[in-house]
Amino acid sequence: MSRRARLVFFAVAAAALAVTLGAGLAGLPSFGSQISSYARMLNDVASPQRHVTDVVSAITFDYRGIDTLFEEFILLGAVAGISVLLRPLSDEVRELPEDKAPDRAIPPPSPAVWLLAVLLSSLLALVGLETITHGVLTPGGGFQAGVVLASALYVVYLGTDYVTVERFQPDALLEIADGAGAFGYVVIGLLGLLAGDVFLTNVVGLGVTGNLIAGGTIAVLNVVVGVEVFGGFAILASEFLDQTAVIRTKTRRR
Amino acid sequence: MSVLAYGVVAWLFLVGIYGVVTSRNLIHLVVCVSVAQSATDVLLLEIGYRTGGHAPVFVSLPAHPGPAVDAVMQALALTDVVVGAAVTALLLALVVQVHKRAGTLDPDALRATRE
Repeated sequence: MSRRARLVFFAVAAAALAVTLGAGLAGLPSFGSQISSYARMLNDVASPQRHVTDVVSAITFDYRGIDTLFEEFILLGAVAGISVLLRPLSDEVRELPEDKAPDRAIPPPSPAVWLLAVLLSSLLALVGLETITHGVLTPGGGFQAGVVLASALYVVYLGTDYVTVERFQPDALLEIADGAGAFGYVVIGLLGLLAGDVFLTNVVGLGVTGNLIAGGTIAVLNVVVGVEVFGGFAILASEFLDQTAVIRTKTRRR
Repeated sequence: MSVLAYGVVAWLFLVGIYGVVTSRNLIHLVVCVSVAQSATDVLLLEIGYRTGGHAPVFVSLPAHPGPAVDAVMQALALTDVVVGAAVTALLLALVVQVHKRAGTLDPDALRATRE
């Protein structure tokens, strides 16, 4: 199909889609006028029932906990898929970058970049831990915190070099974190069954509303998901970095 | 106000699909997919919005007057963001391998080399 024919085809399809989409959106309640009764009810009961102040966390990890279980496995599946897609192919080898000029020293990263990386990565690690632990109190939680923690590792890479960052994040440890995080969610769900109730029942002590330790399984699931997302995103970055840093074709190598 | 709010959703989605259709570079195409996907985020948050509403966080600080916005939609938007990130990462991994095999990122050139 030529580009022109494709554009014409798109214009027709887009016009039809725009009409249907417009009709559908026009049927929605006007913007900002009301929220669903389900949401109003959850806003009222979540805090007294689950002893959390952040209702979004309560919904994500308790009222709609099964949803989040599947969401977590989507992420695990995607990370596993990327690991498979980006493995060394039959005509490729893994080989650390070789220094072609051993008589010349590699220039160290600029002190300004290094200092910024040290400050930024420790700050990111702190913010990540804060976001995990305060997930039941304020906006935040495992998913967001996992990404923040993983980006602390990206900053280490920016400020140093590939070999250093590999020492910081052993692949096996990251894979264990990813798998254990996903498995931990299931285990916490099974606690509900062990207690004689349904899967993912909030069986741990609920604590006092507004305290750091409150919300029962919601706080625990935040930690578990944080570990999984951290492992997953760190694996992602290292798989993509490996593509340019250590995976090379056999022919190019002398 | 409604027209503007929901119009943005339709425009974001269509402009993303337009980018996918006309793209000359696979990485650009992946970004266009995430633009189209972000329309659903905007829609979810808009459905859950209430004029003058505050975040669904109920701390015992001086109470914010007015109603809270829809927390369910925010939780769904969180799911959407995570799935979107997973899809983008998978697509980019595919792009890396396509570039290795075909030596090009142009979707049109890709079809020519397939014979």
